[in-house]
Amino acid sequence: MKTLLKFFEKIGCSFSSRTLRLGAATRLFFLILIYSADSFKRIHLTIREIYFTGVMSLVIIIVSAFFVGMVLGLQGYYTLQKYGSSEAIGVLVALSLVRELGPVVTALLFAGRAGTAITAEIGLMKATEQLSAMEMMAVSPIARIIAPRFWAGVITMPILASIFSMVGVLGGYVVAVPIIGVDEGAFWSQMQANVDFRFDIVNGLIKSVVFGIACTIIALFEGFDAPPTAEGVSRATTRTVVTSSLVILALDFVLTSFMISG
Amino acid sequence: MDKIKLDAWVGIFVAIGVISLLGLAMKVGNLTSNDIRETYMVTANFENIGGLKPRAPVKGAGVVVGRVNSIVFDTKAYHAIVSIDIDKRYVFPKDTFANIYTAGLLGEQYIGLEAGGEEKNLEQGDRITQTQDAVVLEKLISQFLYSKASEEE
Repeated sequence: MKTLLKFFEKIGCSFSSRTLRLGAATRLFFLILIYSADSFKRIHLTIREIYFTGVMSLVIIIVSAFFVGMVLGLQGYYTLQKYGSSEAIGVLVALSLVRELGPVVTALLFAGRAGTAITAEIGLMKATEQLSAMEMMAVSPIARIIAPRFWAGVITMPILASIFSMVGVLGGYVVAVPIIGVDEGAFWSQMQANVDFRFDIVNGLIKSVVFGIACTIIALFEGFDAPPTAEGVSRATTRTVVTSSLVILALDFVLTSFMISG
Repeated sequence: MDKIKLDAWVGIFVAIGVISLLGLAMKVGNLTSNDIRETYMVTANFENIGGLKPRAPVKGAGVVVGRVNSIVFDTKAYHAIVSIDIDKRYVFPKDTFANIYTAGLLGEQYIGLEAGGEEKNLEQGDRITQTQDAVVLEKLISQFLYSKASEEE
């Protein structure tokens, strides 16, 4: 009986603590928006963060995109050729990437690489009392540290997602045309006939912006809220990846259902 | 990390992003085609549009000359009014035929325009008077069965 009660206690406790953290994260989001003026007036702050989140993620994004595109090309070909539609491989690769894989996989990789870096950096700043020191000097840590990272994440995500989609399509092309032997003209012309800029590419960009906002906020909040110990920071980085991944996939479903019906 | 190197790398990063977005738009998507040209709108009435959807292609001799803009149901005359945007480069005479064809056996449906012989051309807001509805499979089957039945009599 006691273990059962303890079980429900645990559920209740985790539910209420998660709700509290959700509230605190929303507060942080609005504070970031209020203090964002500095991120654009002193643009070099944001540019520095774009370098550390975006440029440093380029290698993993490009390599992953190339391999994802190649796998799509290979798997797609072997399934399509059973129905005699191997010429549709271009459409398959392009639509899968532009609509879904580009934004989602980029966001997952971004959360894993840039998100954890942001969480660890801010957690460490909190643990070494740099944030309190800034408050002592009447410098708002949110304006100086947190907001530039937020805007850098939001700007970087769509750029990375476009790069992912483009390199993925090139990867699919490299597998389909020179290696397997699908007709090059059919590959590109079928793709151009079936990929619509407004409904596919722009929707993919909207998705990547939304994922960028979500991932960056989660990373920033976990870092800001981390217990100021080494163990606390490491736990916070793990939580960033797990929470970001779940939120990305859930938001993906929600956004896709909006875009398909509306 | 000094400022110049930082700015240079971020500049390269954003440039690569913009190039991939343009590449996606032009090579992968269909932005280079008639979406950005000027168009004029004409309407056509159909008894049955079949599976025609907005943004379906409008073809003349198989070449895409425009897109279907909107399809509405006329509550007074009980037929469908289809508005199509035709690229300004292509002019059709006033007695053009508008037929609904299917691309391939089970593909999407599109409007095919066949030019007539009149001298005056269609202008913005004109109505195409000669139309042919889409082929509906059920009607075809019932026609076939009916003709088979009357044959056996």
